[in-house]
Amino acid sequence: MNFNFTEEQLMIQQAARDFAQRELIKDVIERDEKAEYPTQHVKTMAELGFLGMLVDPRWDGGGMDTVSYVLAMEEISKVDASCSVIMSVNNSLVCYGLEAFGNDVQREKYLKPLARGEKIGAFLLSEPEAGSDATRQHTLAEDKGDYYLVNGTKNWITNGNTAGTYLVIAQTHPEKGHKGINCLIVDRNSEGISVGPHENKMGMRSSDTHSVMFTDVKVPKENRIGEDGFGFKFAMKTLEGGRIGIAAQALGIASGALERAVQYAKERKAFGTVIANHQAIAFKLADMAVKVENARNLCLKAAWLKDQHLPYGVASSYAKYYAAEIAMEVTTQAVQIHGGYGYVKEYHVERLMREAKLTQIYEGTSEIQQIVISRDLLKD
Amino acid sequence: MSNILYLAEHREGSFRKPALELASYAHALARQTGGQAIALVLGKVGADQLSRLGSYGTQHILHAAEGSFDPMDNGIWSTAVAEAAIKVSARLVVFSASLQGRAIAPAVAVRLEAGLVAGVNGLPSSMQPLTVERKVYSGKALATVVVHTEKAVMTLSPNTFGLKESSGDAVAEVWTVPTLPSLSFEVLETSRSEGKLLLSEADVVVSAGRGMKGHEHWKPVEDLATVLGAATACSRPVSDEGWRPHGEHVGQTGKIIAPNLYFALGISGAVQHIAGVSSSKVIVAVNKDPEAPIFGAADYGILGDVHTVVPALVEAAKRFKENS
Amino acid sequence: MSNVPDTTTKVRFTDGNTRLDAAGIQWIINPWDELALTRALELKDAGAISAVEVINVGPALTEATLRKALAIGADKAWRIDAETADGYQVAQLLAQWLKDQAFDILLAGVESSDYNSSGVGIMLAALAGIPSVSNVSGLSIEGGQVILKREIEGGQQQLKAHGPFLAVVQKGIALEPRIPSMRGIMTARTKPLEVVPAHPVAARTAYQAFSLPQPKGSCRMVDPEQPDELFRLLHEEARVI
Repeated sequence: MNFNFTEEQLMIQQAARDFAQRELIKDVIERDEKAEYPTQHVKTMAELGFLGMLVDPRWDGGGMDTVSYVLAMEEISKVDASCSVIMSVNNSLVCYGLEAFGNDVQREKYLKPLARGEKIGAFLLSEPEAGSDATRQHTLAEDKGDYYLVNGTKNWITNGNTAGTYLVIAQTHPEKGHKGINCLIVDRNSEGISVGPHENKMGMRSSDTHSVMFTDVKVPKENRIGEDGFGFKFAMKTLEGGRIGIAAQALGIASGALERAVQYAKERKAFGTVIANHQAIAFKLADMAVKVENARNLCLKAAWLKDQHLPYGVASSYAKYYAAEIAMEVTTQAVQIHGGYGYVKEYHVERLMREAKLTQIYEGTSEIQQIVISRDLLKD
Repeated sequence: MSNILYLAEHREGSFRKPALELASYAHALARQTGGQAIALVLGKVGADQLSRLGSYGTQHILHAAEGSFDPMDNGIWSTAVAEAAIKVSARLVVFSASLQGRAIAPAVAVRLEAGLVAGVNGLPSSMQPLTVERKVYSGKALATVVVHTEKAVMTLSPNTFGLKESSGDAVAEVWTVPTLPSLSFEVLETSRSEGKLLLSEADVVVSAGRGMKGHEHWKPVEDLATVLGAATACSRPVSDEGWRPHGEHVGQTGKIIAPNLYFALGISGAVQHIAGVSSSKVIVAVNKDPEAPIFGAADYGILGDVHTVVPALVEAAKRFKENS
Repeated sequence: MSNVPDTTTKVRFTDGNTRLDAAGIQWIINPWDELALTRALELKDAGAISAVEVINVGPALTEATLRKALAIGADKAWRIDAETADGYQVAQLLAQWLKDQAFDILLAGVESSDYNSSGVGIMLAALAGIPSVSNVSGLSIEGGQVILKREIEGGQQQLKAHGPFLAVVQKGIALEPRIPSMRGIMTARTKPLEVVPAHPVAARTAYQAFSLPQPKGSCRMVDPEQPDELFRLLHEEARVI
């Protein structure tokens, strides 16, 4: 069993680290406070190739493995979870979905610009009435012969306003239940699309989150991914891939918090010595470190399975569930270790704590992950 | 009996502290080898300045008064030094570790087939073979170097040896370098960007950082420098923000300085900053954060807000100067 | 290009303090060489130069660092296979290799972060018989002309240089070192890395022993209400004013 990384993987990790620690760190607090989109940083991420890491070079992607992706996601998330969620949605939901299940025409037209980062993608599944329960979609995509007519509202869409390409999950045949759902590739500029105001969120405030309304939007038939009725399966399979990205994001948030807590504990003095010398603090840090290491191993294992073309859906569920839960625990402890300083924005950890919360909710809540894991555990 | 040749650099017609320190060093070396300390002066310098070198033990001066040495050209200067070294049968050739010294010492070493030791911080512990100490790993460690060749070239780190007066005859000989190469480039423009006192030469430096909270608050810093006759400097974020000119940035990626006294006002003391000033004899830190790493590197510290402490220091400095 | 320990490394010595303890060391491109490479690539991107090559003198372990240079954008890497004891050896090996090479500009970082001698670049120029310019903080090519900005005592100069020449470059030559793109990293191994044997060359100096400096004593705190006390201490105790 080889736990070592290749030279390329280490270079990728270092490049992501340098980008995050030199560029993103400059204005991360300000952007979070003002809920300002990181336009220039997204451009740089595109130039450096962070937005299409996993896509085959045939479609203008980086052709990197999932392990490299996890390493890069971790490094960027240590500093800026807003940038890493933009990156994750683009890479492991939209690009992955298109590459794995789209046809060549669709990939040529839509995947290439996304892989190059010229366009950003968004994944439209959640609705006001349907979050965890995606078996019934209220957004309708009526089959009109050579096009679909889309009506409905999607909620909580990351990159909702800045995306150029949407993957929309909608109901074509209500009578067929989850077998009557399709995934459509929709151009952001289509007539009839309107975007709601930017959600005023607890965390990841620099990434744009909107509801998206469809009023008689015409989508060409050829933009349907896969066979008629494939949409639900598409969503579930794609989310499995996305799960690894979010798991790595949660890992990064946690490990970023751990690094800061360790640094602070070595500098801050109380009762005659640095607080790192007090067991209460040292033991907290030990527990945090074990949790982070576990999360990393789960993420890397899921990534490795995917790279080996082995089933990875359950493993990614383990990773996302665990990483999100410990991210909340580790960031909370990091704030605690910082004491009063942990409560102010300047010290970053309060932002990490606010960011951690969302990882327990989106792309499959922790409860949904528990369902996936227990079902797998208890099956015959 | 081996002679020591040193390059006495001058600026605006006079020899500054680094040159006089080098003269002192060359003299001490000459006493170790039993030879003479001989200065090479490139370009015209007044007789009274030349005799100053005698106060630091220089016996003989080769004054290349004619000859075009400005602008400084690596090829021209290194040829001049090498020819001078051959003329006086120098066993050791020493330079200040200045911009110019560091630029030509390696070329002179090649021409004389001599081993090069850059940035030495004291006299050799032995002459046979030449064994001398220098800093390595960007100041994190010390190393003892042995030179295998008969001749050696060294550059002397600033403010490590000090000024040591001694009487030397300082007999000046006008000398023309036999053959000099031509200038290898064309100067388009020259600009003077720094204040009157060079950071690299100042005995006292008053430096300030982000704790000042803006360039509009710099007056007390400049006042303190004026009262103490010091040069001003700053930390990297300050020059990056444009509050102070880039030439004032001291640190690992800026200027590395070694003054006698360094004031760090409102500077937290990041590792890279300390690396640029750790050779200072004495560091005084003023910061309101008791956990600031600068206090770990400082000799004296004041815990307080720079906006109240620095003006108070300015007044105290004035009183000190009046009474001394 | 020099291969050096990461600048945050805590240096330790072994074998009776005669050499660096390389265990656990992360090797990186010497920071000043990295800035030089960044500037060269900026010029290449702008179409002002046609190719950038990096050369290192060292054992096989430096190849990972050379591949980083290729990942950042260099077109070719060379390794002169040798373990060297001083800068003169490095310069002489480079000079021998240089005889068979065609180039317009040679860039050398002002010093390496391990030995800080500032020697290799100038020695190479002297051995190869090419002109050199030091303290270069800017390099641009305008209308086929090479314009250098160099630092002098108390100011700066703009020079027009005629190739081939060597420039010893320092801070300012590039703002930030370039981050390799994902494509660059993935294609690094497809770019040529040529290893050439070294002719035997003797070093002129040797490192006999290393030591760590004495830690500084603790900081003496002065009451902010008593600023005169600070000056008294600086005068009487520290004797610096």
